[in-house]
Amino acid sequence: MAEHATTEGTRRDFLYIWTGALGAVAAGSAVIPLVSQMNPDASTIAAGAPIDVDLAQIPAGQVVTLKWRGKPIFVRHRTDKEIAESKAVQVSSLPDPEGDAARIKEFEGKAQEKWIVVYGNCTHLGCVPISNSGEFHGWYCPCHGSHYDNAGRIRKGPAPRNLELPPFAFTAATKVRIG
Amino acid sequence: MSGHSTYVPKTAFGRWMDARLPIIRLAHDSAVSYPTPKNLNYMWTFGGILTFMLVAQIVTGIVLVMHYTPHTTMAFNSVEHIMRDVNWGWLLRYFHANGASMFFIAVYVHMFRGLYYGSYKAPREVLWILGVIIYLLMMAAGFMGYVLPWGQMSFWGATVITNLFGAFPIIGEPLVTWLWGGYSVDNPTLNRFFSLHYLLPFMIAGVVGLHIWALHHVGQNNPDGVEVKNYAKDTVPFTPYATSKDAFGLACFLLLYGYFAFFMPNFLGHPDNYIPADPLVTPAYIVPEWYYLPFYAILRSIPDKLMGVVAMFGSIAILAVLPWLDTSRVKSLRYRPTARIFFWIFVVVCFLLGYCGSQATDKAVLSLGGRTILDIAGFGLILTVYYFAYFLVILPLLGLFEKPKPQPASIADAVLAKAAH
Repeated sequence: MAEHATTEGTRRDFLYIWTGALGAVAAGSAVIPLVSQMNPDASTIAAGAPIDVDLAQIPAGQVVTLKWRGKPIFVRHRTDKEIAESKAVQVSSLPDPEGDAARIKEFEGKAQEKWIVVYGNCTHLGCVPISNSGEFHGWYCPCHGSHYDNAGRIRKGPAPRNLELPPFAFTAATKVRIG
Repeated sequence: MSGHSTYVPKTAFGRWMDARLPIIRLAHDSAVSYPTPKNLNYMWTFGGILTFMLVAQIVTGIVLVMHYTPHTTMAFNSVEHIMRDVNWGWLLRYFHANGASMFFIAVYVHMFRGLYYGSYKAPREVLWILGVIIYLLMMAAGFMGYVLPWGQMSFWGATVITNLFGAFPIIGEPLVTWLWGGYSVDNPTLNRFFSLHYLLPFMIAGVVGLHIWALHHVGQNNPDGVEVKNYAKDTVPFTPYATSKDAFGLACFLLLYGYFAFFMPNFLGHPDNYIPADPLVTPAYIVPEWYYLPFYAILRSIPDKLMGVVAMFGSIAILAVLPWLDTSRVKSLRYRPTARIFFWIFVVVCFLLGYCGSQATDKAVLSLGGRTILDIAGFGLILTVYYFAYFLVILPLLGLFEKPKPQPASIADAVLAKAAH
């Protein structure tokens, strides 16, 4: 067969490119289920349904630890002194500046300052901080020495952010729904 | 580098096989006639020791899986079942758990030997990088294996390490959820870690194959760091010389392994891992296995979370580019007296980093009149600076400024000069 020197694409080039391209698409599509199967499955998601908490059982000054979606959640009943302490902090001086008002929720237009609901995982590497301890009498994480105040704000140590707030809302004056 | 094959089949079967699958030839060329430098010391027996440890871990691991159950409600009890009920289960588990530590002891000796004698330099860059990959795979395998007993350290170690990936901006959070397969470390996490813990050793075995292939292609480095020039004068055949030396080295190493497995099997572990995992209670101190401590110290000594994670991964990744950071043409530190001083400081720094990783960050290292001048975090930061400076500043500059001692003309010359003393 004679050799044809041509710069133009041939019928064979066209077939090579399409075969390669479709092969790549097929291989890429096969990766989707292989990667996606590692994300939370339906039963895990279903088990993460919202929970209701009765606040009336928590005396002032105490912290209750609940479990939601495999993670601890702290519900803190603050005393008036603690609320005053938290409000007195100069927000701009904080590592993750947030005012006390940003850490609480309202019920029927009234701020529920007594109740702090936060995830019980240190924002550094996820350890469970110890309640009512540390230099700011909020939480202290024993793993790498992060100190949180009573509103769950980071005050000292390696944690980058304040304790995260889970999604929650007051369903009555003494009831919250988490999730 | 072994040149052409010297294998001559002696039997009819040998000739028949050689014409069809020359596997006996391959074994002969790589483990019998393969030329090894005459001047190898006992530091060169650790490659063989590591091969043994890999096989030992795979064999004990496969047997343990016959009795272990990867489920959060049963994992802890199945490990206790292995310890109490399974015939010789206690022995197999102690061999496997201590085997991981022995594997890391051997790999650290192997790596420091490579650093000291310049085994990463041309033409062994790829050989070295394959070694770094094996080391990374070993760390992943060791970490996932430690999670399987589902004790407190298993659970919290897994939580801390997986949360490291959350430090990356934007992709961090979905990445961690994907790794967990849920909203926290839980049963899906345990299941996949078990699956991967079973897979990784075979991946390691594959990369070890490439590592040995690269080694046999370029030939071994040696304590004098000069390349083989004359096979007849500079080398001896692998069998019996290296085989018997490796066997003796391995026997000594097995004494250490046996001592740990039989007399202090829990010395390198953590008592908290005999408490079942509890997501609501964090142990007072989360300490990783000893072989991760220096990297854990680097992570903790940097106050910023993302930078800490970057530094920790970077401290291993930097090894991969070491062949291009060290500018000296002299391989062995025997002939680089200045570099030798910095090397030993580096070794001490690695040990001190390990110490820092095992202590609470706010513990005082140096205090004056009851006031802490330097705590573990600060000390760790100083050590971290040296760790990186050794690779990024000291090694690049030393090669340009230091005056090395004269190297021997050949391996044979080095051996004869030593014998003349």
